[in-house]
Amino acid sequence: MQNNSAPSSSSNALSRLASRFPTGYALRRLLIAIPTMLAVITMAFFMMRAAPGNPYSTDRKLPPEVEANMKASLGLDKPLVQQYAEYVGKVARGDFGPSMRNKDKTVIELIGEGLPVSLTIGAASMGIALFIGSLLGVLAAIRQNSFADYSVMGLAMFGISIPTFVTGPILSLVFGVYLTLFAVGGLDMGRMNFNNMFLPIVTLALPQIAIISRLMRASMIEVLRSNYIRTARAKGLSERSVLLRHAAPAAALPLVSYIGPATAGLLTGSVVIERVFSLPGVGKYFVDGALNRDYTLVLGVIILYAGLIVIFNLLADLLYGVLDPRVKY
Amino acid sequence: MTILSPPAEKVETLERAAAQGRSLWDDARNRLFSNKAAVVSMIILGLLILIALFGPMVWPHNYKEINAVGPLYPPSLSPFHPLGTDSQGRDVAVRLMIGLQVSLAVGVIATVVSLIIGVAWGATAGYVGGRTDQFMMRFVDVMYAMPFIFFVILLNMVFGRNIFMIFLAIGAVEWLTMARIVRGQTLSIKGKEFIEAARAAGVSPARIVTRHVIPNLLGPVAVYVTLTIPIVILAESFLSFLGLGVNEPLTSLGVLISEGKSNMEARPHLLLAPGFTMALALLCFNFIGDGLRDALDPKDR
Repeated sequence: MQNNSAPSSSSNALSRLASRFPTGYALRRLLIAIPTMLAVITMAFFMMRAAPGNPYSTDRKLPPEVEANMKASLGLDKPLVQQYAEYVGKVARGDFGPSMRNKDKTVIELIGEGLPVSLTIGAASMGIALFIGSLLGVLAAIRQNSFADYSVMGLAMFGISIPTFVTGPILSLVFGVYLTLFAVGGLDMGRMNFNNMFLPIVTLALPQIAIISRLMRASMIEVLRSNYIRTARAKGLSERSVLLRHAAPAAALPLVSYIGPATAGLLTGSVVIERVFSLPGVGKYFVDGALNRDYTLVLGVIILYAGLIVIFNLLADLLYGVLDPRVKY
Repeated sequence: MTILSPPAEKVETLERAAAQGRSLWDDARNRLFSNKAAVVSMIILGLLILIALFGPMVWPHNYKEINAVGPLYPPSLSPFHPLGTDSQGRDVAVRLMIGLQVSLAVGVIATVVSLIIGVAWGATAGYVGGRTDQFMMRFVDVMYAMPFIFFVILLNMVFGRNIFMIFLAIGAVEWLTMARIVRGQTLSIKGKEFIEAARAAGVSPARIVTRHVIPNLLGPVAVYVTLTIPIVILAESFLSFLGLGVNEPLTSLGVLISEGKSNMEARPHLLLAPGFTMALALLCFNFIGDGLRDALDPKDR
């Protein structure tokens, strides 16, 4: 972390960081991820099936023969345990099956259609939130108990307390309907652009900015009280250098462990955002799939999301250990 | 050095404390009541609860009643519809009170469910330790990987749109963090002398957990409870917003926000009123939670 020597040693520092990479720990964590994912799949599978309704039910009552045929064509006539075993076997080989409602497409194809939209919104809002959030947090910390501090923390409290499904419609009403600056919702002929992605990204970023600025402020205040910051000041470094090179990087460490929860928050948020701005992302497929009892689609999305959460939690833990030499596995 | 000669003022406080017998909780209460944001929040929240509970009883309209003025009537005092009517001609003000009532009830009941499961789970895991602890906490880790809101949606599908099941479903998911906090606290309390003393006196493990461990972890639990209620209220509104929440004609803040969104171009106040109410309630809970945390754990002062 404390790479204060001449810039030429930066590749050295990188290799030093790399040498700290805990390969054994990472492998162990990946092995634990397998039963974790299996448990998630099992619970989701049986809960889906316990829900009343089925993928072939429509408004009108089907004749029993038709219903039996549809059941057989979807493979739903076999015993549940057999279906489960077959499904797990297929998933292990990377086959998520066809969508039960939209039989022309496989689950992978549907998720592939939605993922670019969801990823764009998620990644962009996370980037914005990290930048603005840590900036505001540092500002509040160095002016602790000042007017600036109180206003940043007050705003952050609002950001945490106002849900995205309130800010989203309000933003689209003000900027889309009244000011007509941005699109109210939807894509332009299925394409993403600044006009239709700006409001969703901002809406999703707002609560994250709030959380990150609070985290950053608390950790920065703690770091600024530590001995090595006093040393840095005592040896005559400029305040700018103390803050930017010594305090801020160390204070950003807790943000690394926030990566896991943030991923979960963004995934959840994207479901609402896609509904508010009528965007065809993965979250929309999930909600539609759940309402239509599209078993394979819902399971596919859950596996994707659980996998993302597992991966990002692992990444966060590994990164934390690499960046903070005090951590031992 | 400080151990040998504590500063004079500290000695004085210690002596005064001994004389008056102030407990940790008395201290915490004093600190909480000197926190302006928390006190204001408690007053506002108290008012909101009173309005939600008693407002519908004294209000001239019923939340199910379809009024003669017709749908989407603008706010007016005569005929008496301060927030107008909704798309079906029902009085919005009384629906807002009912919605607040339902949201607060979901928040409190689901939090209590999560509190009971989480404290029991975490205290057992932490106190028993060993393999049991490993197994129980591994289970919590697995549950953590479950995308929370999808889990609630699934539970909701299984049990149908039954409001009590929504309480249970949210509570059943929200206990995980509670269990972790409680386990961590239990582990640290377990090593204290008074537990050893209790064990030496022959107190049974179950009694040690209920009488000695749990009372001592109430502080962090209380903080987390106040911070869980807004999370639960949000989760319920989230479900309602997606059309998976409480059934008509009953309503919640999330349902009202969702309805308000569909009519926001003609009547923006239908979105703003429930949105503002919800933000106000959540702000109060968050300020109280923060205040409580500072009061019980004043190391950042």
